[in-house]
Amino acid sequence: MPRSSCLNWGDRLFRWTCLGFSLLILGLVAGLAGELAWNSRLAFRAFGPSFLWTQTWDPVAEHFGALPFIYGTLVTSAIALVIAIPLGLGTAIFLAELAPPRLSETVGFLVELLAAVPSVIYGLVGVFVLVPAVRQTGLTPHGVGLLTAGIILAVMIVPFITTVSREVLLTVPRSQREAALAIGATHWETVWTAILPYARSGIAGSIFLALARALGETMAVTMVVGNRPEIHASVLEPGYTMAAVLANEFTEATGDLYLHSLIGIGLVLFGITILVNGLARLMLLKLGHSR
Amino acid sequence: MLSQKKFLTAAVAGLLVAGSPAWAAKMLLVNGAGATFPYPIYSKWFSEYAKQNNSVNFNYQSIGSGGGVRQIQAGTVDFGATDAPMTDDEMQKAAGKVLHIPSVMGGVVPVYNLSGSPKLKFTQAALAGIFLGRIKNWNDAALVKENPGLSLPGDPIVVVHRSDGSGTTFVFTDFLAKVSLEWKGRVGAGKSVNWPVGLGGKGNEGVAGLVKQTPNSIGYVELGYATNNNLPFGQVQNREGNFVDCNSQTVTNAAASSLAKMPKDFRVSIVNAPGANSYPISTFTWLLIYQSQADPVKGEAVIAFLKWMLGEGQKYAEPLGYAPLPAEMIQLEEEAIAQIKLP
Repeated sequence: MPRSSCLNWGDRLFRWTCLGFSLLILGLVAGLAGELAWNSRLAFRAFGPSFLWTQTWDPVAEHFGALPFIYGTLVTSAIALVIAIPLGLGTAIFLAELAPPRLSETVGFLVELLAAVPSVIYGLVGVFVLVPAVRQTGLTPHGVGLLTAGIILAVMIVPFITTVSREVLLTVPRSQREAALAIGATHWETVWTAILPYARSGIAGSIFLALARALGETMAVTMVVGNRPEIHASVLEPGYTMAAVLANEFTEATGDLYLHSLIGIGLVLFGITILVNGLARLMLLKLGHSR
Repeated sequence: MLSQKKFLTAAVAGLLVAGSPAWAAKMLLVNGAGATFPYPIYSKWFSEYAKQNNSVNFNYQSIGSGGGVRQIQAGTVDFGATDAPMTDDEMQKAAGKVLHIPSVMGGVVPVYNLSGSPKLKFTQAALAGIFLGRIKNWNDAALVKENPGLSLPGDPIVVVHRSDGSGTTFVFTDFLAKVSLEWKGRVGAGKSVNWPVGLGGKGNEGVAGLVKQTPNSIGYVELGYATNNNLPFGQVQNREGNFVDCNSQTVTNAAASSLAKMPKDFRVSIVNAPGANSYPISTFTWLLIYQSQADPVKGEAVIAFLKWMLGEGQKYAEPLGYAPLPAEMIQLEEEAIAQIKLP
């Protein structure tokens, strides 16, 4: 990088402006964390770290614990990833490697369109189509639950995985493909051994972007998850997520401890999102080194 | 206090402040915020009132009762609105004495999804039993006994409740806590509670949606919501043992029969009210106003509106699924309004 003394004034201005913007983002994140921590202090003072593993959520007795919500958020997001990764990645590979260009463009556009659908629409589709369908399996009397929420989330995050992965796959140099084909690899082997490894850091990035979206999704989830702060082993049972309880109870929370506990859940969600993003970065770094 | 300012009021207050100078030039703007339950009738009132009196404009944000209480405490609005009376603790955090003015009444009804949509009768114990999870099946003896001639299925009851904090939940759980010791001890009354059983639906529409879709389910919604959407709802046993249908008359009766015990500040629950024809899950909804007004012009405008609301305004209650206040109650409230001090 050239030393700043070598830069002309325009470059210097550009540099300081960009630095300012990135510091602003940094400050925003720090401010957000500080604000969340300050406004949830009563909850952590009252319950201590046990707030994280307490299962009760009782606004009347003012006894609050975040565990059922943490559980619900993690389980629904995990279900969403399990469904969305093969679906999204498969679509991306088809679009980038197998489909004729014109079809690829059209389908790619449609997939991107999925990302633009408001989440309340997904929620309605969930309520009117998916919930009755799950109920008709006869496995559960109500149809709402963690599985249903996970499926809706999967549909919502597929476009992220597909769109980003497709772009990444398209950047894989021709030489990679040709080399694999030249040594007699089949189409499948070419994709699996030459193209995917080349694109894996970008694909991992798309998956973590999708996961972040799943962790924070509110409206569609609250419409189909059942909103029950309990932990059940079966994913057919109703549950609750952190974002959903915030959206549901924040407006009518009058007591200070109640409000602070809700904001405490916001802080936990913030923490988990940062943790996930941190893990994503670490993983990308690792992948980068091993290549 | 910090949390109030930063998390709820800032955005709304900012909008209002930004908007007011433009209006102030020709029209007085009175800002209010709070309960969502009476929002349909409040917006009707404000638009009707504006037609008759075009010098003042009421702006109401239905941000929830919790927000209404916090904003009146912080003094960021000219009036607040709530579905549950403020607690003593909350009153103390306000900048002055806050008056509770009941504006209109509402009822909450049990709605259910049973084949044939029969008209069910619920005893108080049965309703509490269902929502406690004690009564698990529709053909439970407690339900069959009061509903002879109906063939109730043996299927399990799917309970649906509100997942969002709401005045509807407050009045419903307040009723259950009044009629069931077990409910009072285990769950209690509140805008959000720790439900022993059931699924949560967001808003009246969320509860109604789940009930409509799920066979053998039961939930609770506001009367207006049930009638507008043609949801079958049951009769509930009142204090005198009669099974009463919810309508604007029986809800008004609940207030009329509670007048003898009406506290001066109107912070009162009228669930399970006496009277042969009183609907037991009835409630007031309140406007919150500082007794000592800071601004003479705005104070005057609010007083004028309150008087209109208690008079002509009451006729809009029934078509919108609310119930009008009884005449004696209006008299008491007019006396309270006379106590509002202008600077």
